[in-house]
Amino acid sequence: MLIAVLSGFILALSLPLTGKIFKGKLSVLLSALPIILFAYFISFMPEVGEGRELRYFYEWVPSAGINLSFHLDGLSLLFTLLITGIGSLVFLYTSAYLKGHEYLDRFYGYLSMFMGSMLGLVLSDNIICMFIFWELTSISSFFLIGFNNENEESRKSSLLALSITGFGGLFLLAGMITLGYAGGSFSFTELLASSALIKSHELYGLILFCLFMAAFTKSAQFPFHFWLPGAMAAPTPVSTYLHSATMVKAGIYLLARFTPVLGNHPWWNNTLIIIGCITMLYAAIHALFRIDMKGILAYSTISALGMLVFLIGLGTDDALLAASVFIIVHALYKATLFLVTGIVDHETNTRNITRLSGLNKVMLPVGITSIVAACVSAGIPPTFGFLGKDLIYEATLHMGDWSPWLTGAAVMTNILLVLAGFLAGVKPFVGQLPAEFKGNVHMPYTLLWLPPMILAALGLIFGLFPVLLEHSLLYPVVTSLINSTPDFHLQLWHGLNLILLLSTITIGSGIALYYILKPSEELLARATRFEGWSPKSIVLLLAGGFSKFSGVWTSLFQNGYLRYYLTTILGFLSVLVAYKLFQGVNIYIDIDSLSNITIYEAVTMFIMAVAIGFAVFSKSRLAAVASMGVVGYAICLIFLFYSAPDLAMTQFSIDTLTVILFVLVLYNLPKYLNLSDTRDKIRDGILALSFGALISIIALEVLNEPVNRETSEFYAEKAYTEAHGKNIVNVILVDFRGADTMVEITVLTIAALGVFSLLKLRLKNIEKE
Amino acid sequence: MELLLAIIVGLLYASGIYMMLRRSLVKLIIGLILLGNGANILIFLLGRIVKGKPPIIEDSAKVLTDIYADPVPQALILTAIVISFGLQAFAIILVKRAYKVVGTDDLDQMNATDEDL
Repeated sequence: MLIAVLSGFILALSLPLTGKIFKGKLSVLLSALPIILFAYFISFMPEVGEGRELRYFYEWVPSAGINLSFHLDGLSLLFTLLITGIGSLVFLYTSAYLKGHEYLDRFYGYLSMFMGSMLGLVLSDNIICMFIFWELTSISSFFLIGFNNENEESRKSSLLALSITGFGGLFLLAGMITLGYAGGSFSFTELLASSALIKSHELYGLILFCLFMAAFTKSAQFPFHFWLPGAMAAPTPVSTYLHSATMVKAGIYLLARFTPVLGNHPWWNNTLIIIGCITMLYAAIHALFRIDMKGILAYSTISALGMLVFLIGLGTDDALLAASVFIIVHALYKATLFLVTGIVDHETNTRNITRLSGLNKVMLPVGITSIVAACVSAGIPPTFGFLGKDLIYEATLHMGDWSPWLTGAAVMTNILLVLAGFLAGVKPFVGQLPAEFKGNVHMPYTLLWLPPMILAALGLIFGLFPVLLEHSLLYPVVTSLINSTPDFHLQLWHGLNLILLLSTITIGSGIALYYILKPSEELLARATRFEGWSPKSIVLLLAGGFSKFSGVWTSLFQNGYLRYYLTTILGFLSVLVAYKLFQGVNIYIDIDSLSNITIYEAVTMFIMAVAIGFAVFSKSRLAAVASMGVVGYAICLIFLFYSAPDLAMTQFSIDTLTVILFVLVLYNLPKYLNLSDTRDKIRDGILALSFGALISIIALEVLNEPVNRETSEFYAEKAYTEAHGKNIVNVILVDFRGADTMVEITVLTIAALGVFSLLKLRLKNIEKE
Repeated sequence: MELLLAIIVGLLYASGIYMMLRRSLVKLIIGLILLGNGANILIFLLGRIVKGKPPIIEDSAKVLTDIYADPVPQALILTAIVISFGLQAFAIILVKRAYKVVGTDDLDQMNATDEDL
C-alpha cells in the first residue's frame, strides 16, 4: 500500500533523470503506472464490498503521533478508483494531446506527483498526514496550472489558485490540530469513536470553521470559487483531471469523510446547505453567460460541487447516497466533456461555442461521445445521470418543512446544468459545419477520442445496469458515510411519481432553454460589467492593499538607519521591562547589606562620572578618546579594590592599547561633526537615560536575590588539587575552559589579520573616485 | 558601594547608547566601548563584590576555604575585555578605511549598498 501511494512521487522524482527516454513516442508507456494502480485498487473491491476495512500502518514520527497509516473503506475506494481510473485515461490522452511538447516529461512528473498526493489524501487515516497530502495536491496543481509558464495569464492563474488553496490549507492544519486536541488523537478511526465528545466540545465551532474554510477553498465554493475558472488556463488534461474529477473533489471528500465525526449538528448542516445552495445557483447562472467551452464547464463544475456540498449538508441517508452517486456521475460526464473540449480545441484552435457547429460531420465518434456525455449530464434516461438526479430529488423531497425550497433550488440548478451541458456538449457538434473548418479539421488520434468515449460509455452502462455498482461500491461508500448498514436499491424506473415529474420538468425546461437562449458576445459583455462586485475583484483588491501595507510597514521599520533600529529596539525593551518592573516587583534596597564607601572609592567614582561626561559631550575627538581612557583606568581601580588583580592588569593594558590605537589613526579619522539638532539630542538623551536607569534598577534588584556559588566552589576546590594552579581565574581560563580560550585567541588572530589587511590593502582606482 | 556601582553602570549604559545614536561613526565606536565597559562592571557587580580577597590559593593551602571573590565572573570579564579589544581595533581601522573610500563619516550617507546612490 505504501508503495502504491508513493509510486507517483517515485516516478515524478525519477523523471528528471530518465525524462529524455519518455519525451518521444514512449511517453504512452508512463500510463502503465495509473493503469496498474487502478487494477490494484479494483482488486480490493470484493473485500471492501463485503464491508471490511483494510488498514496499513507504517511508523513515521511516532513521537508526535504522526504515522503513515492508511485505511481503505468504501469512500476511499471510490476516490482511489476515480483518481487512478480517470488518471489512466488522462495519462493516455496526454501522450497524444501534448505530443512532441518540449516539456512533456515534466508534465508527466507533475501529473504523477499529483496522483500520488491525491491517493495519499484519500487513503490517510492520520489527519496530519491527510493535511500534508492535501498541501501536496495544491502544490502540484500550481505547477500544472502554470505549465504554460511563458504565458502571463497562466502564471497569474496558478498563483491565484495556489494562494486560495494554500490559504485554505492553513485553516486545515489549524482545524486538524484543534480536532486532534479535542478528540485526543490524530487517528481518524479513533476520532470516529469519540464523535459525540467532539460535537459537544467547546472548540467544535472552531473546528468546523477551519474545516469549512479548507473545503470551500479547495472545492471552489462561494465566495472562493473564482480561482477555478482561472485555473482553466491549464492544458486540458489538467482541467479534466484536477479541476473536474479529482482535486476539487478533495474538499468534498473532506466533508464526506468527516460527516460521521462532525456531521448531524445544526451548524454543520445549515452552513453546508446555505453555502452549497448559493454556490450551485450562482455558478449555474454564471455558466450561461460564457461562450468559452471551458468556461461553461468550469462554472458548471462549481455548480455541481455546490450541489455536492448541499447534499452533504442535508445529511440524510438519502442525501448521502445521492451525493455518492452524483460524485461518480459528475466525474464521468464532466471528464468526458473536458476531454472532448480538448479535442475540439486541438483540431479547430478555438473553444468559442458561437463559432463552433456541425463538427459531427468531421469527427462523428467524438460527437457521439460528447452528446452521450451531455445526456448523462442532463439526466436523460437511461443514463446514469438520470439515476443521480432522481436520488437528489428524493433526498430534497424528504426534508420536511423546507423541502419545497430545497427541491426548488435543486430543480433550478439542474435545469441550468442541463443547459450548460448541452451548450458545451451538443452545440459544437450539430448544425452546419462552418466554411472555415472545411477541409482543415480532421478526425483526431485514436488516443484522443478513445478515453472520453470509454467514460461516456460507462455513463450509459452504469445507467442501464446500476447493479454493477450497487453492492460492490455504493454500499460500502454509504456505509462509511452513515456509519451503519444502508438499505437501498438503485433502479431506473420508479413508476409514475413526483420525482419523475420533476425530472421531466428539468429536462424539458433545460432543452427548451437551449433552443431559446443563444449565447453571444453581448451576453458575456453584459455579465462582465458586474465583475467589479465579484469576490475575485475584492480579493485581488485586498491582496493589493496588503502588499502596499507591507511595503509601508517595511520601509517604516527597515528604514536603513542604524540609530532608528536601536531606538525602536531599546524603546520597546525599556517600556516592556519598566512595565513589568512596576507591575510585579516591589523595589527596595537593603542598605545594611551593602558594603561601606571609602573616600578613595568615592573619588574614583566621581572621576569616572566626570570622564564619562567628557567622553560624551566633548567637542574634540582627542579629549573624548582621552577621557575614555580615564574611564578605563577608573574601572581598572575598581577591579583592584575588589579583589580582581588579573582583571585590573588586563583592563590596564587593553585600555592603554585602545587609546594608543585611536590616537594613532586619529588624524586619518574624520572631524567630529555635529550632525544632530537639539531636539534629536534630547530625545536620544531621554531614551538613553531611561534605559540606563532601568539597568541600574535591575542590577540592584538582582543584588537582593541570593547567589548560587556552586560553580565557584567547584573551581576553588579543584583548581590546585586537579589543575595544579593557585590563581583560580587563570586556571579557569587556561585549563578548565582552555578550549574557549583557544577559540578566543583564534578570534583575535582573525581580527588582527583583518586589521592588517585593511591597512595594507591598496585602493583600486574605482574605489578612489 | 553597590549602589554607587549600579548607578555608574547605568551611566555607562546611558552614555554608550547615547553615543551610538549619533550619526558620527567615531562616536559610534566610543559608544560601543562605553557600553562594553558598562556590561563588564555589571557582570562584576552581579557576581558580588568582595574586598581584598582575590581568588588565589595561599602558598600553604591546597583549596580556598575563606570568603573569597567569585572567580567565575572574573574569568568571564577577562575574556570579554580581550574580545572587545579585538572588536574595537577592527572597528577603528574599518572606520578609517571606510572614511578614506567613501569620504564621509555620516552614517546616514552610508546606508545604501549600491555604488551609485
